Amino acid sequence: MRLLLVDDEKEFVSTLAERLSLRDIEADWVTSAKEAEKIIEKKHYDLVLLDVKMPQVGGRELKKIIEKKIPGIKTIYLTGHGSEEDYQAGSAEAEYYLMKPININDLIKKIHDALKK
Amino acid sequence: MEKLWKLFKPNFLWGGNQGKGPLYRHMFNYSRLWRSAVMLTALSAILPLLAISWFDYNVTLKAVESETLSRTSRTVSNTKRTISAFLAERKSALDFIVHDNRYEDLINPVRLEIILENLRKSFGSISDIGVIDASGQQIAYIGPYPLEGKNYSDQDWFKEVVGKGIFVSDVFLGFRNDPHLIIAISYELPDGSFYILRTSIDTDRLNDQLLTLELGAQGNAFIINTEGVLQTQARYHEKVFEKIAIPVPEYSPKTEAFEYQDPYEGAYILGYAYIPDTPFILMIVKNKKEIMKSWNKTRFEILIFLSIGIFVVLFGVIGFATFFVNNIYIADQRRIKTLHQVEYSNKLASIGRLAAGVAHEINNPLAIINEKSGLIKDIFQLSETYSKDEKLIGLVDSIHASVARCGAITKQLLSFARHMDFSFQPVDLEKIIREVIGFLGREAEYRNIKISVNVSDDIPQFESDRGKLQQVFLNLLNNAFAALSDGGTINISAILMRNERIRITVEDNGCGIPEKDLKKIFEPFFSTRTKVGGTGLGLSITYSLIQEVGGTVDVNSTIDVGTRFIMILPLNAKSIKEKDNAITPR
Repeated sequence: MRLLLVDDEKEFVSTLAERLSLRDIEADWVTSAKEAEKIIEKKHYDLVLLDVKMPQVGGRELKKIIEKKIPGIKTIYLTGHGSEEDYQAGSAEAEYYLMKPININDLIKKIHDALKK
Repeated sequence: MEKLWKLFKPNFLWGGNQGKGPLYRHMFNYSRLWRSAVMLTALSAILPLLAISWFDYNVTLKAVESETLSRTSRTVSNTKRTISAFLAERKSALDFIVHDNRYEDLINPVRLEIILENLRKSFGSISDIGVIDASGQQIAYIGPYPLEGKNYSDQDWFKEVVGKGIFVSDVFLGFRNDPHLIIAISYELPDGSFYILRTSIDTDRLNDQLLTLELGAQGNAFIINTEGVLQTQARYHEKVFEKIAIPVPEYSPKTEAFEYQDPYEGAYILGYAYIPDTPFILMIVKNKKEIMKSWNKTRFEILIFLSIGIFVVLFGVIGFATFFVNNIYIADQRRIKTLHQVEYSNKLASIGRLAAGVAHEINNPLAIINEKSGLIKDIFQLSETYSKDEKLIGLVDSIHASVARCGAITKQLLSFARHMDFSFQPVDLEKIIREVIGFLGREAEYRNIKISVNVSDDIPQFESDRGKLQQVFLNLLNNAFAALSDGGTINISAILMRNERIRITVEDNGCGIPEKDLKKIFEPFFSTRTKVGGTGLGLSITYSLIQEVGGTVDVNSTIDVGTRFIMILPLNAKSIKEKDNAITPR
C-alpha cells in the first residue's frame, strides 16, 4: 500500500507522512499539484490524500487530473476550512472528507475503509 | 365601532413613525400624503357636485319662473275672453234690438220697458235703457232716474258713438252714484238721420267674475282704463276709481306677462291684456314671493341634497384616504423592518464568514502542531528511554488534548457558518425532538411543564436539514411555553402517513390564540408579546424553515383550551429541493 499526500503546508504534510511511515504505511508527500502530477508518472499509488484548498490548482481539480491518469484511484480530502462547498465536494466526490486537525488513528481507519470500497 | 375609530385614528397620523433619516423624510410624510389625497379626491368629487347643483338650481329656478309667467299669461288670456264675451253679448243684444224694432216702437215707453225687462231677464245687471235722437236729446228712457229729455250732445261719448257707431264707456258713477258703464250703438234711419240706443250696465257681475277668479298666492285680478284708473274692485289694491300704483303697461294686441319690480313691495308677476274696442285693460297681479314659496321648498331640497352629497363624499374620501395611506404606512413599516432584518442577516452572515476565515487560518497551524506533537509521541513510544517516561508522554498528551480542544472550537465556528446554508443529512426525528427538549429541560422542570413525545416506530431516518428542523421545534416549543401556565402539558406526536410524509403535531393546553390573530400568526412582525420581548419573527421563521424542508404547517386553536400546530414533512425533501433548484435560476 502506497499513499501520496498533497498539501501546501509542508510542515504538516511531511510530518504526517513520517508518522504514517512509522505505522508501516508508505507515504510520499508533495506540496503542490504540479509536483503531484510529476510523481504519479513515476510511481504507483493506491490512494491520494488531497488538501482541498491549495494555491493555483486545488484538490478537487487535481483529483480529476489524477483520476484520468490512474483510473479507480481512491481519494480522501483534507481541509482546514469546512465550507459548505468543501463539504459537498467531500461528500459527493471523495471517499472521505476529513477536517484538520486530524486524528491519526481515524485517518488510518478511513484509509483502510477507502481501500476496501 | 372599534374599527371605525381605528379608521379615523390611523397610526400614521397619531404617534406613527414618520420615516427615518433626513434624506428620505419627505417621502414618508404620511400626513401630507393623506392631506393631498383627501384634498384632491374631495375637490374632484365635490366640484362637479357643486357645478351640477348650481346648474340644477338655475334651471329649476328658470323653469319655475317661466311656468309662473306662462300660467299668469294663460289666466289673463282666459279672463280676457270672458270679459270680451261679457261685453260682446251685451253689444249684440243692443244690435239685435235696433234691428228688430222700429224707431217708433223703441221710443214707445211700454215697448222699451218690455225690452229692458227682457234684457234684465237675459243678462241681469242692466239698470236702464234710453233712446237718444241725433240732436243728443234722450227721447225715451226707462230706468230708476229721471233722465228723459236730458241732452247728451256735448258729452264725449255721444261724439264717439256718432263717429264709430258703437261705444263702451269707462266705468263711472254718473248721476246714480253707483259704478256702471254704458254701451251705446247708433242706428241709421232711412231718412239719413240716426238715433242711439244706450244702456247702463252695473259692474257688479264683472266684479264678481274677477273677484271669484282662482288666483291663489295673493293674486289680484282687476280692470283699469288707459289712464290707470281702477274700473273694478281689486282684492289688495286701491278702491275703484283710484289710480293704481303700477304704471299702465304699454299697448300690446297679445296677452303679456312679465316680472315687475316694485321699489317698496318687492317683485310682482304681472299679466295684462287690452280688451279690444273698449278702454279696458285687464290686469292680473301676483306676489312673486308668494308664488315662489313652492320653489323655496325645492331650493331647500336641493340644498339638503347638496349638503348630504358633500357629507357623503367627504366621509367616503376621508375613509378611503385614511385606509389607503394607513396601508401604505403599514407596508412601508414592514418594508423597513424587513430591510433591518435583512441587514441583520447580512451581518450574521458576515460574522459567519469571518469566523470561518479565522477558523481556517488557525486550523492549518493547529494541524501542524497536532502532527508534530503526534510525531514526538510516536518517537517517544518507539524509544526505550522515553516510552517509559510518563511525564514526557503526559506532556505530549496534554498538547494533543489542547489541540483537540482548539479543533473542537474551530469546528464549531465552521459549523455555525455552514448552518447558514442548506445541508441535507439523514435525520432521526425523535432524536432531534429529544435534543430540543433537552435545551428547554431546565425551564420545563422549573415551571413543572410536562412534555410527552410519541413518535411512531415506523418512521424511518430521512434526509432533511437537521439544523432547520431543530430550529422549527425550538420555535414551536418556545411558543408553547409562552402560552402555557405553570403545570401545563405539551404533547408532541408524529405518525407516518401514506405518500411518504410525516404528520407531526405539537399540542399545548395553554391560553389559545384568538380567531382574529390565527390568520396573522405566520406573518412577519405579528406578535402579541411585543412588550415581553417577542419579535414577531419566531413563527414566521418557523413557517419559512418548514417550507425550506419541503413541508407545510397549519394551526388550530381554541381560547382557554389550547393550540395545535400540525406539520407535514416529506421523507424525500432532498429530491424536492434539488428539483426546485433545477427550476429556480440562480
